[in-house]
Amino acid sequence: MIEVKNVEKSFGESKILKGVSTVFETGKTNLIIGQSGSGKTVLLKSLLGIHKPEVGTISFDGRIYSELDDDEKRELRTEIGMVFQGSALFDSMTVAENVAFPLRMFTNKSKPEIKERVDFVLERVALKDAHHKLPSEISGGMQKRVAIARAIVNNPKYLFCDEPNSGLDPNTSILIDNLIKEITEEYNITTVINTHDMNSVMEIGEKILFLKNGLKAWEGTKEEIFKTDNEAVVAFVYSSNLFKKVREAHLKGY
Amino acid sequence: MLKEIFNKQTKWSVMRNLIFKEIDDLIIDSLGIVAFISFFVGGVVSIQTALNLTNPLIPKYLIGFATRQSVILEFAPTFISVIMAGKMGSFITSSIGTMRVTEQIDALEVMGVNSLNYLVFPKIIALLFYPFVIGISMFLGVLGGWIAGVYGGFTSSAEFINGAQMQFIPFHIVYAFIKTIIFALLLATIPSFHGYYMKGGALEVGKASTVSFVWTSVSIILFNYILTQLLLGS
Repeated sequence: MIEVKNVEKSFGESKILKGVSTVFETGKTNLIIGQSGSGKTVLLKSLLGIHKPEVGTISFDGRIYSELDDDEKRELRTEIGMVFQGSALFDSMTVAENVAFPLRMFTNKSKPEIKERVDFVLERVALKDAHHKLPSEISGGMQKRVAIARAIVNNPKYLFCDEPNSGLDPNTSILIDNLIKEITEEYNITTVINTHDMNSVMEIGEKILFLKNGLKAWEGTKEEIFKTDNEAVVAFVYSSNLFKKVREAHLKGY
Repeated sequence: MLKEIFNKQTKWSVMRNLIFKEIDDLIIDSLGIVAFISFFVGGVVSIQTALNLTNPLIPKYLIGFATRQSVILEFAPTFISVIMAGKMGSFITSSIGTMRVTEQIDALEVMGVNSLNYLVFPKIIALLFYPFVIGISMFLGVLGGWIAGVYGGFTSSAEFINGAQMQFIPFHIVYAFIKTIIFALLLATIPSFHGYYMKGGALEVGKASTVSFVWTSVSIILFNYILTQLLLGS
């Protein structure tokens, strides 16, 4: 469980997060949604320790990040898996080397043990035959799956995904969404996803945090988002006619 | 930045492979162009010296002497380093800059890797082999001068070799290699700095490479002046 308490973050004169509090629960897919500039990425990067909030605390299962020393922070970071928006695969390494990277860096596993684990996770993300390919030789959807494999290879307790569906076709997006949800439940990890994709909200949003202008404007589940009368959420989530009709149908009980 | 490069060392088994890769990318891959340039510039120095010795009273062995002094004191350590600021420096800035743009550096940091140590330290270690490149440049420069001088009909082999051995001061070699080691550190750190701290996208990677080349070259020329004054001028 990740607990965010009254987090504020500014860049120069501009205050991006204005006191956000929430709880991201273990074993659930927690989504952060909101318009561009609402503070989603800053919140995610604050959770990752890339940005330091000026006010407030972020605690990982009771461990308050700002109170940890450097060794404890490094230890905590080995428990974190991250899927970046552009995948951020190391382009000089093959798919297998990318996935093996956290194991080579942070464990004392032997080469056969690393190979066994890499084979296992690559099979888990349905990329059994891509071991020796370079990131530039595979599609965007495959790159995302490699990024997920790299994020989970070291059995993380926390998984963060920044726009995991951006640039992907609808079929691949659903595949990636389902994969993240399955992995979250299978390994009982705390997953936080920053997304613009309303399909993801409807499919896998077990806990949804809606940010507006750096403030928490709403939070709830995907079932609750159909019923909410919060104007900001309705205007954002149901901005397309398709989703308006989905909502109407849902409210009518179809 | 410098402190962070030597902090929180990356696991040795990983670092060892990185160092070998950097030696291959930065040192081995530079040998061809360094050999080519050194050989022909050495030849040109020899020919130019011969053509400027118009007074029949000036002995021909000065061609060998001038070629040796030019190549060992300045051409090999300094001008090859300026050329390497373009080749190695652009490579370092663009490869680290691309990693910054594509969030690969963020990925390293999120995993708990000291990205400065992981990316820059192996380059510094690899460039400790840079004097080896300059040694080859010195040899090929003088060899090029000898071939151009002798086979171009400007001097005899004996006269060139006599000149090349004349008034040899071993400290000049020490001076050249001291300069080379300082230039190697500049070649590793300045382009890394410009790549690591760049902001923006692909266009900015190109701009960072250009700025890095300019600053590395300016630093090499300035340090060349300061070191020459300190080591030979006093």
